[in-house]
Amino acid sequence: MAAKSINITLKIWRQKNANTKGALETYSLNEVSTDSSFLEMLDQLNEQLINERKEPIAFDHDCREGICGMCSLYINGRAHGPETGTTTCQLHMRMFSDGDTIYVEPWRSRAFPIVKDLVVDRSAFDRIQQAGGFVSVNTSGNTMDANSLPIPKDDADKAFEAAACIGCGACVASCKNGSAMLFVGAKVSQYALLPQGKVEARDRVLNMVRQMDEEGFGNCTNTGACEVECPKGISLENIARMNREFLKAGLSSEK
Amino acid sequence: MSVLDSKIPTGPIAEKWTNHKNHMNLVAPNNRPKIDVIVVGTGLAGASAAASLGEMGYNVKAFCFQDSPRRAHSIAAQGGINAAKNYQNDGDSVYRLFYDTIKGGDYRAREANVHRLAEVSGNIIDQCVAQGVPFAREYGGLLDNRSFGGTQVQRTFYAAGQTGQQLLLGAYSALSRQIGLGRVKMYHRHEMMDLVKIDGKARGIIARNLVTGEIEKHAAHAVVIASGGYGNVYFLSTNAMGSNVSAAWKVHKRGAMFANPCYVQIHPTCVPVHGTNQSKLTLMSESLRNSGRIWVPKKKEDAEAIRAGQLKPTQIAEEDRDYYLERRYPAFGNLVPRDVASRAAKERCDAGHGIEANDTNEGVYLDFATEILSKGRQSAYALGDHNPTEEKMQELGKKWIEEKYGNLFQMYQKITDENPYETPMKIYPAVHYTMGGVWVDYNLQSTIPGCFVTGEANFSDHGANRLGASALMQGLADGYFVLPYTISDYLSNEIRTGKISTESPEFDEAAESVKASIKKILSNNGTHTVDHFHKRLGLIMWNKVGMGRNEKGLKEAIEEIGLLREEFHNDVFVPGTAEELNQELEKALRVADLIELGQLMAIDALQRKESCGGHFRDEYQDAEGETLRDDEHFKFVAAWEYNGSDSTKSTLHKEDLKYEFIKIAARNYK
Ligand SMILES: Cc1cc2nc3c(=O)[nH]c(=O)nc-3n(C[C@H](O)[C@H](O)[C@H](O)COP(=O)(O)OP(=O)(O)OC[C@H]3O[C@@H](n4cnc5c(N)ncnc54)[C@H](O)[C@@H]3O)c2cc1C
Ligand code: SF4
Ligand code: FES
Repeated sequence: MAAKSINITLKIWRQKNANTKGALETYSLNEVSTDSSFLEMLDQLNEQLINERKEPIAFDHDCREGICGMCSLYINGRAHGPETGTTTCQLHMRMFSDGDTIYVEPWRSRAFPIVKDLVVDRSAFDRIQQAGGFVSVNTSGNTMDANSLPIPKDDADKAFEAAACIGCGACVASCKNGSAMLFVGAKVSQYALLPQGKVEARDRVLNMVRQMDEEGFGNCTNTGACEVECPKGISLENIARMNREFLKAGLSSEK
Repeated sequence: MSVLDSKIPTGPIAEKWTNHKNHMNLVAPNNRPKIDVIVVGTGLAGASAAASLGEMGYNVKAFCFQDSPRRAHSIAAQGGINAAKNYQNDGDSVYRLFYDTIKGGDYRAREANVHRLAEVSGNIIDQCVAQGVPFAREYGGLLDNRSFGGTQVQRTFYAAGQTGQQLLLGAYSALSRQIGLGRVKMYHRHEMMDLVKIDGKARGIIARNLVTGEIEKHAAHAVVIASGGYGNVYFLSTNAMGSNVSAAWKVHKRGAMFANPCYVQIHPTCVPVHGTNQSKLTLMSESLRNSGRIWVPKKKEDAEAIRAGQLKPTQIAEEDRDYYLERRYPAFGNLVPRDVASRAAKERCDAGHGIEANDTNEGVYLDFATEILSKGRQSAYALGDHNPTEEKMQELGKKWIEEKYGNLFQMYQKITDENPYETPMKIYPAVHYTMGGVWVDYNLQSTIPGCFVTGEANFSDHGANRLGASALMQGLADGYFVLPYTISDYLSNEIRTGKISTESPEFDEAAESVKASIKKILSNNGTHTVDHFHKRLGLIMWNKVGMGRNEKGLKEAIEEIGLLREEFHNDVFVPGTAEELNQELEKALRVADLIELGQLMAIDALQRKESCGGHFRDEYQDAEGETLRDDEHFKFVAAWEYNGSDSTKSTLHKEDLKYEFIKIAARNYK
């Protein structure tokens, strides 16, 4: 389909830094190619703002291929915008029409404080990983030969599906409780499904859940919004698996 | 003697690394906590190094500019990672991987480094599996492999189309473990701004906290640069938006040589540019060339009509199509090597046959119609239908394609809004990887003592052309299995040094010069945005230092980039202040370095009067348009010494490449 040009109005959250209050500001942007990605549209707006000697809008992004997990944005009330299974960087302007008004806001969650404009601090996710999201094996080059540990394809595939999480935080942003269960469940599941992860399974789930609670993420009440908005199709099954792991760990909690 | 001592150990090639390791000095465990190491970058090369050094007991500080170490650009790698495991029993060996990589690099890489890479390749897979990296497996539960270009064996390990993601998350998990244990301190949203040298040795860095803008001093006994490649000098590339040369360039400015800057890999199958607001390019896996036929309209009028939207590709009659690869290379057809396919596409578009209605008309078709029909017929026969209707063949053929390439077709449709089952894909070559980088010796140490460089940021293993699936291998080899040994050898002389203070004139000078350059660029009050200059640089680079280079174009580029540099510094406008998150400022500082680099790339390309791998000089080709190497005069690594922001003042040093174990020959895949 040939590219069209559309004119749009944007309502974008502006906030100078973590300590100031923010507000929505209105911008009009003309001649946006429908072939542009959503972030290219924001580039275009920033170029316009800079040429008008105004401050451009800060937003996070890097790969622009849907894999690094750096982009975010709440677009018209949905994490990563209206298209399911898509990160903001892969969303295209052909999803919008001439004359549309588009609302753009940052992730909103207690555990993700705003840094500036649309940029939030997701380092809580890193700290959860640091609490247990690993197998304790040193680099030696002398681990056993990779093929001496066959893993049923089904388990390997499931572990891979869980490991496909890009750590974007859309699950937290779209949850009314601000729960991080889908993200943590995915990581716990990846290791729970693999023999390499079994040895530390108990401590891993306890430590990661403890850190998750300390970071101020909310409780899971099974609304399922996270699964709907997750750009990588991480399934609720992972939360169920983590709950089972957690229960198991609790039952054998004395060392 | 040349200032370049590669420090390649003596002895037979297969014993060099083992012998070298056995004779290196060690740092005893009780001394390691007295030693600080800085690692800039948390991609495969940096995360693996930081994790390993932390495990060993050194105090490590790691830096990345993203909001998390897990987002380094390595995350985007798709296809796979090579290792000489010979799990498929198809005759693979360390020697074969070594040989393929040397040949793939068009005989411009160091033998000893490449052999070491092949030697440790198997350990990488073992290590990753032990960490829980979910590689693809067969039904029997064992690891699966696939084939990649330039090889005749199946040695590529993969995790769907997300190999880089899974490997990086593995390295990130090892790094996270060390951060949790307090052995690595992570500085995310931090950018290295300069290297600090004291008494000639690397002793720390100046970093900018990207959130607060604070300029910080960090001291260490050694500094590792693992900051990735510089493909973004072309503005448009398959690299992430933030990928840049600055960390490597700062080290270069402080005295490290920069090697082979002109060696760039341009990948033939990417989604073409759609318009002036495009910010980056997306790769379409090379595997598609197994089933797709590449063509452009024979008649220029047809190409024009297509660009104007008056004709559809499906309306062009068979005899009016130019399957130019099949025409020019009947033996290999659509499966010629990457560089050949890329150059041929450019040649057709330059001649006016491009089909994409963008500013540059750059685009060719990758057409699956023939394959759909032929696979459709095969499928019908297999079902016992020996007289299938056209409709039936279409239906079955599309099903076959979907099974094989479904996810790629979907990704393509998302970007372009066109259905590649019904109409040919539009593709065009794009900048993908940079083989050049900071010159390092066999120990991965630059010409600055104590400054080590790993991963795509160094130059060492891929010669003039990298084979697919070998960058991931190199990044992890460097970080897990090479650097921990070689840096310890260096650090064994540092156990009595004691803590390095940041209270010194050298740290002050570096910090002040960083502050001054930030102040200068912010108070410039020019008339154009950073992107305006970056795009102009990209155009010069793409047109004159791109796929086909010649003396005239390169000389023009050198001059134009020189002028652009002056214009940039006089006329760029960067809004905001230094004491806050300021993404325009970050970009501006990176573009300033990319401009200097771009000029050096053109100078290096001009100097290299031969064609090899990714470096193609129009003047040096054979009758069939193949690269013509000149081993007599150019079998060397070109290492440049910095003499100021005008790169025409840089001095060339040469490291002669010796081929003792492989017979140097013309690269031939026919
Ligand atoms: C789309 C794509 C697909 C690819 N597919 C494959 C493949 O299938 N197989 C293969 O082998 N190779 C592939 N490659 C190549 C490969 O991915 C890269 O060469 C490799 O990942 C580079 O790793 P690295 O660790 O050297 O650098 P990167 O992963 O780029 O990491 C650089 C790090 O340095 C940091 N950094 C940079 N500058 C600074 C600074 N000034 N201050 C602080 N931190 C800084 C960044 O934050 C980042 O953490 C692909 C490349 C692309 C673009
Ligand atoms: S689970 Fe999905 S939404 Fe949540 S961080 Fe991972 S990829 Fe993003
Ligand atoms: S920018 Fe990387 S996922 Fe969107």
